[in-house]
Amino acid sequence: MAKVPVQFTLNGSEKAEFIESGTTLLNALRDKIGDTSPKGGCHQGTCGACSVIIDGELKLSCLTLAETCGGADIKTTAGLAEGGVLHPLQRAFLDAFATQCGFCTPGMIMAAKVLLDRTPNPSREEVVEALSGNICRCTGYEPIIQAVLTAARASSQNAA
Amino acid sequence: MAIRRGRGVAAINYPTGMNLGGDPTQALVHSTPTGNFMVTLSSVDLGQGMKQIMAQICAETIGVPTDRVVVDTADTDTGPHCMGTFASRGTHRAGNAVIQAAKEARQVMLEVAAEELEVNASDLETDGQGNIQVKGAPQKSISIFDVALSAHFKRGRSISGRGMFLIPRSYPEKETGAMKPSTCYAHACTVAEVEVDDETGEVTVLTVKNVFEIGRALNPKMVEQQLVGGSWMGISHALYETTEPYYPNRDHGGTDFNQYLMPGLGDLAETETIVLERPSADGPFGAKGPGEMCANPQIPAVANAVFDAVGVRIDTLPITPERILRALKAQAAG
Repeated sequence: MAKVPVQFTLNGSEKAEFIESGTTLLNALRDKIGDTSPKGGCHQGTCGACSVIIDGELKLSCLTLAETCGGADIKTTAGLAEGGVLHPLQRAFLDAFATQCGFCTPGMIMAAKVLLDRTPNPSREEVVEALSGNICRCTGYEPIIQAVLTAARASSQNAA
Repeated sequence: MAIRRGRGVAAINYPTGMNLGGDPTQALVHSTPTGNFMVTLSSVDLGQGMKQIMAQICAETIGVPTDRVVVDTADTDTGPHCMGTFASRGTHRAGNAVIQAAKEARQVMLEVAAEELEVNASDLETDGQGNIQVKGAPQKSISIFDVALSAHFKRGRSISGRGMFLIPRSYPEKETGAMKPSTCYAHACTVAEVEVDDETGEVTVLTVKNVFEIGRALNPKMVEQQLVGGSWMGISHALYETTEPYYPNRDHGGTDFNQYLMPGLGDLAETETIVLERPSADGPFGAKGPGEMCANPQIPAVANAVFDAVGVRIDTLPITPERILRALKAQAAG
């Protein structure tokens, strides 16, 4: 099959790859570029583990064709920490024990980041709504909800 | 037709490990040339935190900081034998084996230190910070780093130990059938409040209050994490999960994990979890197995709450709206 060129920005750096037409963004990120932070859980858009941020919107990378991402600004969990300092969401997930096996965590953090970017001080109900497309099978969700609320408080204190 | 509220309570005893033919786990501990300690196990960390707990147990026994211990659970072909990570046995069985192995390694470590310091090994103690010192005279000390170097390159000693923990097979007495199939019971009690819609059969869990007695919590935050997730899974067992809703008929079963129902973020009940610590006699530092038992008491508690709400006994899991409606219909038919 003919390969197609695609260029986009991943976590602030330019990427250019030749990919086979029909390759999902998830597979392109993991297998071609080597960013394994988005996880392949169900590969059919149900579990949310592959969630990434494309031009500010939360997207399922397993349902997004890489060739449609030309010129896009893509963010993944691997790009969240700055200068070795964890993002407030990452810090809060660690401190709240909001991960066990960890497979859902990158998708959860991406979904939470989009929420906090738009709603810096969300209610519990808004957190539940924002994360409702992401499946966790270990934690019972409560520690994750608490981690997002904690990260929101930490971010607003830093901004104040 | 109405929304009816009910409350149910259940208490459980849950054994640690199993006993079908003896229940053994082995562990090996050895130091590297720089005085870090390696725990080798075949027991597997499934995400519940076994590596952290085994590192804590080894570090506490040898007398070094936890970050000086590396736990390798890589390979059941080459590692010391373990029956496996199941039946809530990991902390209890492997932990006891690690204590025994670490004690033996600590003894060799103290013997080498004694030779270096020209004192009796029985007069030495660890400071928990990576040093060995003479009791009552801490100025006379040697780092474990230097002890390990000495053992490896000067004294020709292996700072290592072997650990074995076995619950022997229990045979039933011929006359009475009495036997001891399990050991080290953990305990739990749950009170669940539900609302049942007697028109749709839908159950909403309002509150879940749990008390767990789990021996000593070796890592309290990880225990809490296990119990919170486990309580949610108990509700899931009670009301959601099945691969074969019409067993033994295979129809309408989920085809993958996407269709295998569990409560989502919007289905969470207000949950309270209390830990009681009553150290067990035979557990490592008093621990029991909190793993599986934490997802058990919610199931009968919810079943009892449904009975309290609408007066029907559902004895097949999960307690689906269909089962409740069929039971209500049968009840009305008398």
